[in-house]
Amino acid sequence: MNASSTPYGIIAEFSNTASLLHAAEKVRDAGFRKWDVFTPFPVHGMDQAMGLRNSKVGWFTFIGGVTGYTTGMIMIWWMNAVDYPLVVGGKPMFSPFHAFPPSYELTILFGAFGSLFGMMFLNRLPRLHHPLLKHRQFAQVTHDKFFIVIECADPKYSETETKKLLEHAGSPRIEMVEE
Amino acid sequence: MAAHVSPITVPEPPRELRREPLVANYHSFGWISDRVSSLTEGKAPLWWWILFIPSVLCLGMLLFMLGYQISTGVGVWGNMHPVMWGWDIINFVWWIGIGHAGTLISAILFLLRQKWRTAVNRAAEAMTIFAVMCAGIYPALHVGRMWYDWWLFPLPNTYTMWPQFRSPLMWDVFAVSTYFTVSLLFWYMGLIPDLAVLRDRSKSKVRQFLYGLFSLGWTGSNRHWSNYEKAYLLLAGLSTPLVLSVHSIVSLDFSVSQLPGWHTTIFPPYFVAGAIFSGFGMVLTLLIPLRSIFKLQDLITMRHIDIMCKVTLATGTIVGYAYAMEFFIAWYSGNPSERFHFMNRALGPYWWGWMFMVGCNVLVPQLFWMKWFRQNLVAVFILSILVNIGMWFERFVIIVIGLHRDFLPANWGYYSPSPVDILTYIGTFGLFFTMFLLFLRFLPMIAISEVKGVIPQADPHNPMGGAKTQEIIHDKE
Repeated sequence: MNASSTPYGIIAEFSNTASLLHAAEKVRDAGFRKWDVFTPFPVHGMDQAMGLRNSKVGWFTFIGGVTGYTTGMIMIWWMNAVDYPLVVGGKPMFSPFHAFPPSYELTILFGAFGSLFGMMFLNRLPRLHHPLLKHRQFAQVTHDKFFIVIECADPKYSETETKKLLEHAGSPRIEMVEE
Repeated sequence: MAAHVSPITVPEPPRELRREPLVANYHSFGWISDRVSSLTEGKAPLWWWILFIPSVLCLGMLLFMLGYQISTGVGVWGNMHPVMWGWDIINFVWWIGIGHAGTLISAILFLLRQKWRTAVNRAAEAMTIFAVMCAGIYPALHVGRMWYDWWLFPLPNTYTMWPQFRSPLMWDVFAVSTYFTVSLLFWYMGLIPDLAVLRDRSKSKVRQFLYGLFSLGWTGSNRHWSNYEKAYLLLAGLSTPLVLSVHSIVSLDFSVSQLPGWHTTIFPPYFVAGAIFSGFGMVLTLLIPLRSIFKLQDLITMRHIDIMCKVTLATGTIVGYAYAMEFFIAWYSGNPSERFHFMNRALGPYWWGWMFMVGCNVLVPQLFWMKWFRQNLVAVFILSILVNIGMWFERFVIIVIGLHRDFLPANWGYYSPSPVDILTYIGTFGLFFTMFLLFLRFLPMIAISEVKGVIPQADPHNPMGGAKTQEIIHDKE
């Protein structure tokens, strides 16, 4: 069988955020797992309507920040007090005070890398091929259209029932997406 | 089914409770994409070439001047005993200060939920990055033998030496390089959804490929938005202490020394306020002409200009307070060197620099108390340029007046810049405007997806076509 004719999922278009939000609540309550909402901008309250938990990006930021701070402190202590001790103006070889500003900057630097790469890792980006990106109408998602996509891989998926659910949720336009 | 539904009328709030909308004339989502993306599409307009060609020529002059300085030595600058920090450090501090408004708008105003920032944050962040690039040139060359610049970083070398972290100059290396990197990350992350907008509109293969590559395959999935918004919030939370620390550390380059006029504890907050003040001056200087040329009056409204003028007024007044407090403390301390330094600032051979500083930074912004000045674009544009000039003279006053007469009269001298100093400074404008014009040409200068999120239609709970209307329609069925 030709790979391009395998169905990926069902795509339903919505024209405003309110009907989208209510449709998402219905899909959530129907118990679907492999589905998503696509919007040109983050819609307020959508995480709740989809039943998403709080994002885990914060952990990456936290680990990045802690790594940055300890790297800074240990690096400065080792360089200025152990490996290359040099008396300057009778000041101590190591003090947490003079080591603080660079360590503070490294906390922020590593924390920022943690946030960006954490976000990319959790979103599995970069992903330059996606079945939806080939779909003609889907290009409108970055313009002014809103979509709900339910994947065929979802255990609750059934072509007729799922279509009915989305129709009832108020989508004027429902199509199939191919792999 | 729609035929049964009578139109819903929502009572308008009383006039005094109404706010001016952030996007004027109730435009749609699609209009925002079209308006902003179209600026990067089609042939470059004539005015763009008229600005771009001189900018590139200036950039060429910068490269020539830097080549001359590197091949000959720092002696080509006017820096001479006793003023060993001259235009190079003035321009370094000036450029890096300008960057601070971009981070203030993108990070601090985000944390404060100031939604108006969405119209100006992209351009302001771009300004930050290009200003920090201009700033970075100066310390890299000021060290004299720039091929040893890598000694500034903790990299292993054959001498088995390490940098000396007790010096604020080392802290500055970390502060400025972190500032540049984090600003770039923050800017790029904000660009990802908008690059996807450009990708989906692209007609040519090259544009599709490049915007597709840099938008990382963004689909606008809500599962992605959820992580994205959290990461954006965290980056804003990290950039806020960062921007406050960067100019604080720049000020420590001065205040950790023992020199009268430099050795003061007021420096960190005073430098940060001055940096934000000068940055807002530059944001206004750039956005007022762009708004007219690009016809963005509905996105960057008079309300935006008004708010930015008020921020300029507030920070300018803080700076004025700091100037007054420096004089007060010099008198109150009873320290004769300190008192002499401040008398010398106002009445010494560089009295004109001090006059420019006080006039442009303290007196000029006071005009923004009057609404007429905040609403008059020509006036705002002229005043914003005066702010930039004033802040340049502030650094001149601190650095040159601080150094030219220290404790021993035998050490006194008078500093003047050399032509190389002046041409290098003009050249950095070439770098800045070349980068900024390329940014305007190839990237969306307004955060498209963020602006879409602040218009009334975006809110699913808003009565205008929002959830409430849906419920009413549902009940009627």
